[in-house]
Amino acid sequence: MNLPRGALGVLLVAALVVAGLVLPRWLVFLLALALAKGVAVLSVVVLMRAGLVSFGQGLFFAGAAYAAGFAMRWWGIREALLLVPWSVGLAVGLGALAGLLVARYRDIFFAMLTLALSMVLYGVLIKAYGVTGGSDGIRIPTPTLLGLQLSGDDARLVVYYLAVAATAAAAWAVGRYAAAPAGYLAHAVRDNEVRVAYLGAPVSRIVYAAFLLSSGLAGLGGALTALNVGHVDPGLAYWTTSGELVFIAVLGGTGTVLGPLAGAVVYELIRSYAFKYAPYAWQMLVGAAMLLIILFLPGGLWSPVERVWRRAQG
Amino acid sequence: MARSAKGWLAVGLALGVLVTAVGVRTWAGPVRPAEVRVGIVTFLSGAAAAPFGIPARNAAEVIISELNAGRVPAPYNTPGIGGVPIRPVIIDEAGGAEKQVAELRRLVLDERVDLVIGYISSADCLAVAPVAEELRALLVMFDCGTNQIFEERTYRYVFRTHGHQILDNVGAARYILRIRPQVATIAGINQNYAWGQDSWNTFRDSMRKLKPDVRVLAEQFPRLFAGEYSAELSALLAARPDVIHTSFWGGDLESFLIQGLPRRIYERSTLVLTTGDTVLPRLGQQIPPGVVIGARGPHGALAPNVPLNRWFREVYTNRFNVRPVYPSYHMSQAIFGVKHAYEKALAANRGAWPTKEQVAAALRGATFDTPSGTIRMALGNGHQAVEGVAYGITSRFNTATREMELTQVFHFPAECVNPPEGMKSEEWIARGFPGARCP
Repeated sequence: MNLPRGALGVLLVAALVVAGLVLPRWLVFLLALALAKGVAVLSVVVLMRAGLVSFGQGLFFAGAAYAAGFAMRWWGIREALLLVPWSVGLAVGLGALAGLLVARYRDIFFAMLTLALSMVLYGVLIKAYGVTGGSDGIRIPTPTLLGLQLSGDDARLVVYYLAVAATAAAAWAVGRYAAAPAGYLAHAVRDNEVRVAYLGAPVSRIVYAAFLLSSGLAGLGGALTALNVGHVDPGLAYWTTSGELVFIAVLGGTGTVLGPLAGAVVYELIRSYAFKYAPYAWQMLVGAAMLLIILFLPGGLWSPVERVWRRAQG
Repeated sequence: MARSAKGWLAVGLALGVLVTAVGVRTWAGPVRPAEVRVGIVTFLSGAAAAPFGIPARNAAEVIISELNAGRVPAPYNTPGIGGVPIRPVIIDEAGGAEKQVAELRRLVLDERVDLVIGYISSADCLAVAPVAEELRALLVMFDCGTNQIFEERTYRYVFRTHGHQILDNVGAARYILRIRPQVATIAGINQNYAWGQDSWNTFRDSMRKLKPDVRVLAEQFPRLFAGEYSAELSALLAARPDVIHTSFWGGDLESFLIQGLPRRIYERSTLVLTTGDTVLPRLGQQIPPGVVIGARGPHGALAPNVPLNRWFREVYTNRFNVRPVYPSYHMSQAIFGVKHAYEKALAANRGAWPTKEQVAAALRGATFDTPSGTIRMALGNGHQAVEGVAYGITSRFNTATREMELTQVFHFPAECVNPPEGMKSEEWIARGFPGARCP
């Protein structure tokens, strides 16, 4: 079996497209939610490639989700193809600002600073009650697509396919980034930052670029979540949301593009079934699943798939 | 060969039954089910579980098992719903609005519940209401406080069988002016999120309307779950307001009371606890006399002495060794509202099992009895309940109930503390409560 890597991606996208038509509607909704989260997990993984762990991706995740909410509330924009780029743009803008400060730090300092910034946004969202709706959040009406009014099941399906398309685009972009000089250099920064600097590569610019890409991806995840759920609340900026993204990154594995996406899908499924079968102990089930994966698949859920794939490639 | 012929006969018979069943189904509406599946969503984990989520779940459990056994007093003495047993499907409200939207879809589409009763958090209510409408699923919200839901949009499948936060705080203002008409200064300490901000704004604006010369000395908004209030207490003690209003709940309320006791905050100012009923059984003698206690309606210690309430208190206390608090009463209102609506629709349908639309039509604008008294679905086009509100003041410790007794209990009827249909709450208060009829 000698398939190019792109073919696997095409196959997976085709599978997701079919899934939208054959799976029950609640599962399709869950899948859309998982893909949106998966894109945000990719944003964590991009930073991990450069040796940085962010506990504050909620800043961009929630920032973009609220950007979509405000665009709808203030300007009445309901076009999904406008809302998504606008929200992602805003997240990248936030990333450009935050990155000026944060990208200079490493290790625990980077983690703490990103966490702090996301909690600042959380505080603002909760307290600026008159503007943001406080803890009640903002309702996001059903978006339109190319001016088409959507409702009910059609709207769900359209948002799902939007998530599939955006996820495919994000996965492709991250794949390209990882194979590009900037991506390799980010990896090198993780291994030995001083040596990269001595080789003449601009370390700060490499990290800043990774941070920008990461904020855009987290923003894309946030925008998709907002359109899918139909409601945004400050919980999206809370540190548990950011922590969950790191959790899923570890669960799925950080070495590949598909690992985090698979991790997000598996995580949402485990959580849903834990809710269903163990309403009093679902947190414990999710935690136990995490422990088992760390113990038996230290490379993440995707690592056995990757191994088989490599072996097939020879 | 004989076996296979028999097999074909069986298949044929089965097909025949199926076709008939489908035929009957499309012809005469839904078939009477073997059970009515009710999704129940309430906090089973997190900070809101102990004060609200678990008392509500307990109420659901005991009421549903008593209903199924046919042991509830009239008018709910028929078993289950129209003789069909109720089957609860209980899930946790934790995980945020995003998770709850996904869970509501799963309950309706995967678990095939006939209706959902749930939601304590206002953010969850706001997020799930449009989803229930999209799924055409009956949703009865049982405890969330925000007044936004039916004031901003109309619904067909979504109901709320308890009053929203307006009545707590308009009622608190009216009660204060009744027991302390000379009140000149007020202060508030509320959690810094939508519930706290809404509650304080409603109370403050109502006080200003009812007694325009009242001065506000302090408005404090510590963060949710702060748990430590020494700075706030110092500021409140220094300001010496006549009245301190708080909509604190759960652990925050208990912390605030316990930290305020040694500093005698209640001696200088009259404390008003709009959710105070939930801590009466928990704190017992630790609550000083002279504290104004609310229960977000005529619930808990302030519930009316009617047969349904006596029954409810008894079965609940026997099972859980503690009396029901207001979230338990809110849950009872939702369940009895649903039973009432189903049975009304059954009667209108001459005994044939009703569709969701028929049940919704029966609940719209309905009036039904509950342990909290009679509930009327009077607002939001018949989708939002109004109820009265009661307040009382702690007097002395009752060793039999192990709770502080309430005196000067006063009950404000629904039309005194709720805006009339079609008017937003803010506007109603700003215009000086037009149409309010108070005793």
